[in-house]
Amino acid sequence: MGEVVESSKPLWACLVSLLAIVPIVRNRRSPNVRDFWSFVAAFAKFGIVLSMLPLIRDGKVIECTLWEILPGAPIQFRVDAMGMLFALVASTLWIVTTLYGIGYMRGLKEHAQTRFFAFFALALSATLGVAFSANLLTLYVFYEILSLSTFPLVTHHQDKEARRGGRTYLAYLLGTSVGFVLPALVYCYIKTDGNLDFSPDGALSGLLSGKEAMVLMLLLVFGFAKGGLMPFHSWLPGAMVAPTPVSALLHAVAVVKVGVFCILRVITGVLGVETLRAFDLGTVIVWIAGFTVIVSSLIALSQDNLKRRLAFSTIGQLAYIILGASLLAPKGLTGSLMHIAMHAFGKITLFFCAGAIFVANGRKYISQCKGLAREMPFTMTAFAIGALSVVGIPPAGGFVSKLYLVWGTMEADMYQATCFYLVSSFLNACYFFPIIFAAFFQKPENPANGIRESHPCCVAALCITASFTLLLFFHPGPFYWLANMMSQVVF
Amino acid sequence: MFDHTLMLTILPCFFAALAVTACGLWKPRWSLPVALLSVGISLFGSLAVLAEVMTQGRVQYFLGNWSEPRGIGIEFNVDPISSLMLVLICVVSLLSLIYASGKITEELPGKEPLFYALFLLLMGGLLGICMTADAFNLYVMLEITSLTSYALVAMGNGRRAAFSAYNYVIMGTIGASFYLLGVGYLYIRTGSLNMADIFRIIQLESLQGSPTITVAFIMILIGMLVKMAFFPLSGWLPNAYTHAPSVTGNFVAPLMTKVSVYVMVRMIITVFGIEFTFDHLPWGQTVVWLAILAIVAGSIMALGQSDLKRMLCCLIIAEVGYMVGGAWLANIHGMTGAVFHIFSDAAMTLCLFLAAGIFHHKNGTGEIGSLEGHFRKMPITMAAFTLGAFSMIGVPPTCGFFSKFYLIRGGLESGQYGYVVALLLSSLVNAILFFRIFETAYFGNLSEGHHDAHGNDDHEVEIDEAPPTMLAPLVATAAGLVAIGLFNSEIAGFIQRSLTPLAVGGTW
Amino acid sequence: MDLLIDRFNYFAYVVLMMIGLHAIISKRNLIKKLIGMSIFQTAIILFFVSIGVKEGSTIPISEHHAEPAAEHGAQAGHHGEHGSAGHTNNPDHFANPLPHVLMLTAIVVGVATLGLGLAITQKIYRQYGSIEEDEILEKLRSTDV
Repeated sequence: MGEVVESSKPLWACLVSLLAIVPIVRNRRSPNVRDFWSFVAAFAKFGIVLSMLPLIRDGKVIECTLWEILPGAPIQFRVDAMGMLFALVASTLWIVTTLYGIGYMRGLKEHAQTRFFAFFALALSATLGVAFSANLLTLYVFYEILSLSTFPLVTHHQDKEARRGGRTYLAYLLGTSVGFVLPALVYCYIKTDGNLDFSPDGALSGLLSGKEAMVLMLLLVFGFAKGGLMPFHSWLPGAMVAPTPVSALLHAVAVVKVGVFCILRVITGVLGVETLRAFDLGTVIVWIAGFTVIVSSLIALSQDNLKRRLAFSTIGQLAYIILGASLLAPKGLTGSLMHIAMHAFGKITLFFCAGAIFVANGRKYISQCKGLAREMPFTMTAFAIGALSVVGIPPAGGFVSKLYLVWGTMEADMYQATCFYLVSSFLNACYFFPIIFAAFFQKPENPANGIRESHPCCVAALCITASFTLLLFFHPGPFYWLANMMSQVVF
Repeated sequence: MFDHTLMLTILPCFFAALAVTACGLWKPRWSLPVALLSVGISLFGSLAVLAEVMTQGRVQYFLGNWSEPRGIGIEFNVDPISSLMLVLICVVSLLSLIYASGKITEELPGKEPLFYALFLLLMGGLLGICMTADAFNLYVMLEITSLTSYALVAMGNGRRAAFSAYNYVIMGTIGASFYLLGVGYLYIRTGSLNMADIFRIIQLESLQGSPTITVAFIMILIGMLVKMAFFPLSGWLPNAYTHAPSVTGNFVAPLMTKVSVYVMVRMIITVFGIEFTFDHLPWGQTVVWLAILAIVAGSIMALGQSDLKRMLCCLIIAEVGYMVGGAWLANIHGMTGAVFHIFSDAAMTLCLFLAAGIFHHKNGTGEIGSLEGHFRKMPITMAAFTLGAFSMIGVPPTCGFFSKFYLIRGGLESGQYGYVVALLLSSLVNAILFFRIFETAYFGNLSEGHHDAHGNDDHEVEIDEAPPTMLAPLVATAAGLVAIGLFNSEIAGFIQRSLTPLAVGGTW
Repeated sequence: MDLLIDRFNYFAYVVLMMIGLHAIISKRNLIKKLIGMSIFQTAIILFFVSIGVKEGSTIPISEHHAEPAAEHGAQAGHHGEHGSAGHTNNPDHFANPLPHVLMLTAIVVGVATLGLGLAITQKIYRQYGSIEEDEILEKLRSTDV
């Protein structure tokens, strides 16, 4: 770990959206002013995060202690390469999501928009809190705040379906975090004699026996159920009752990325690569994640509802990330971290498109998508780019991260993992290309409609993310060297 | 400094009770100010005691200056745990008194001075329990609190108040009588009633193996288990607290059971010593199993309730299980967790009961179903209720999370995995219970289906909040929940000063 | 048999306690329950008082013979038990007054509890018109639909 710099920037990055809630709520009667404030907060957050980048580039680490809440486990922020990567992804995408959200909510004349944007801001605060956490306790605190603050977002429609979806969402997320993570957290606290900081060698290195390490690992990996490992994945399809901007937030910007981020922190910072290698626990996670990858891709094939298909695709992609880290190889970790970014941009494009289709002509099902490209050329082109990224074909950014992931499997001599990746890429192609084919090459059912895109904000947003997806292929930029830096620190 | 801070804390209550009764006959409008003044003085006294304990370690006071021989004079001895209890009692009293001042004319018209007098006596009794160092004096104080709380519960105008109070009288008297019997056995064997003196004599004459002492312990324990409503001796609690007038419920519910837990802890650490309790007595494990049963039973009973206050009462039964289990884990973190949970649970119970009282005040009924759409109608009350709920579930940084943290730590260190599992399960049951309420309060009228209004938000639902005298204590308590959480390590450290090997007669 | 005679007071109080407890649990009339509760408390009081007994002892009132004022003053703070040089104030001659003193308090508590219980019973009677537990529960059940 590099030199430590004390700064309150992480705190401000986290707080900026929390503070924005006040003007958002106060201006609830003037939607334009209110949405202006959302933008101000998003840009401010991005700006603060960006300003910390040079320091990280120099190999330094930014620290900010908030409160000594337990001896040895304060509420503390520490920004390292990994946290920076995640924070960049989240803050960039929040700007775009806000744009999209405005378009979507206005396009559908949704109710309770103020509540929506206010809780959005809160969720983003919690996300950055997770990104910058310095120890397991802080991570847990912000993880819980995220679960609770996204509940009103998921149940936004306030109908029977929303209630059911909300219940599933909370049951899985609270059940696993309270039931699994909490005892594991206390156990770590006992074992490390009161020090829960993430350390490059793993906070628990040398302190655990094989059985303890296995139990702790399983508790933590399944406990952070936002990472979507089966069998605790059902909350994600259940949460699709939410409006699309929320789904985009869930899948790309915040919730699932928080989940895998936490699991990666557990692997690298809490248990540590040494401990996992010593007891060969990496292989266990490889199999669990691999299973999730294949099964979710298969289930995705069978879904007709577009958003549900995308949900299962996300579950698979998250398992890619976890698989990459559990290879315990430098390229694998680099690939995982990059894939957080690449998948985020790709998936958010896909969700934006799905939502745009719904706003424009109320269609939810893939079978209704014939010839859609004539009506919505921008949307479907962006969709195609997003799909390329998720499948992992150049010139989309997803190709770069997948390359590293597969390279990592070869570095670690885990050829079953290579199989998992290749087979599932094939399956990804199987469930995406029919959609693209139908949209571009099939005749629409009512051919007379001209170009009828959805709300301009929505279209603008998805074009931006699609362009980024392409751009990242040519210039992986900060995501690449941040991921690399983290790998070097850990290994 | 002033030598008599302890008496400053407790005596105003008794004198003010007399004054308030006199006011009642002569000028009833003075009864509230006198009561408030008295509570204020007690609060000031308890804070002074706390300051003294923080610097000197403890405060010792011999009533009437009868220090020698020990056992004749009544001694008051305040160690860190007791000093925190004193502050807790005074703060809770003040907050519920403020609440009561707003509600009392509605609930108990014409009986205000009587209510205040009983309130002050109850407060005095509770303070006395926490500061006394004499086992029989504790019985007297215990009976003062019991009798006044029976009367306060019976004062209700509801249909079932008197009958519930009757049951409470019977059960409570049995409990207190068992305690008295236990003290009697202790007196027979050791010849002393002073807590520290009993401990000294037990050590001196090696009475740990004596059956009399063991029976004494059992009697005292059973008596206090009845008083703290430990399942299955808890049948009196749901009825008594639900049907009591809300002004009583807010005061009695956060304090009575918790003070009884305090008495149990005091007996374990000061009178008998942890070596006797955990090493000599062979049934520590059984008590933990019974605590697990209490937690599970309380949670299951709560799931079946449709009345908000009754549900909270069943949750109290589960929380008592936490504390008893934590104390009997026989390690320092479990005991710290149990004592920390006394404070944490008192704050949570106060917050939730105050909110429940406000809901009842506004809706006329305590049914959970009547809470539809309340997030819009009563945002401040619901926000405070939400904080209380999060604390019950164990969401950081509220205090509930930290009590669970210490208790789980104690459980893991002692290898009592059953207790840890019960604790986690009950957190999840609490999550289910409170999110059911949130659903009702958030979703409102479900049959309307999808979008309500167009574009601009919130087709105006009027905000219809409670009056400030009822709202202010609620908000203060909710803030207190977070404050206790943020300062938990200071509080736990302070508690652990009472749990040093010297103080508890043995090493953990 | 010896044990029964030696520890007669223990057996007596246990029997009384059980009678009281039995009355509380099995009687259906509220007043009878209160009487049972009273018996229960009285048994404990009797037990306590009985332990102050000593064979051949007298009531614990010290007899003041003519003594120097200073010594008298020194004794003023103590009960008759802890006598000094005065041979009449030998603690072995007196019954232990402490249990009696404690039980005065307990009796008062018992009386207060009983009074409170009776007042509550009166209120119940006014509300339900009956003091039989079964009838009251019946009335409650019927109104609680």
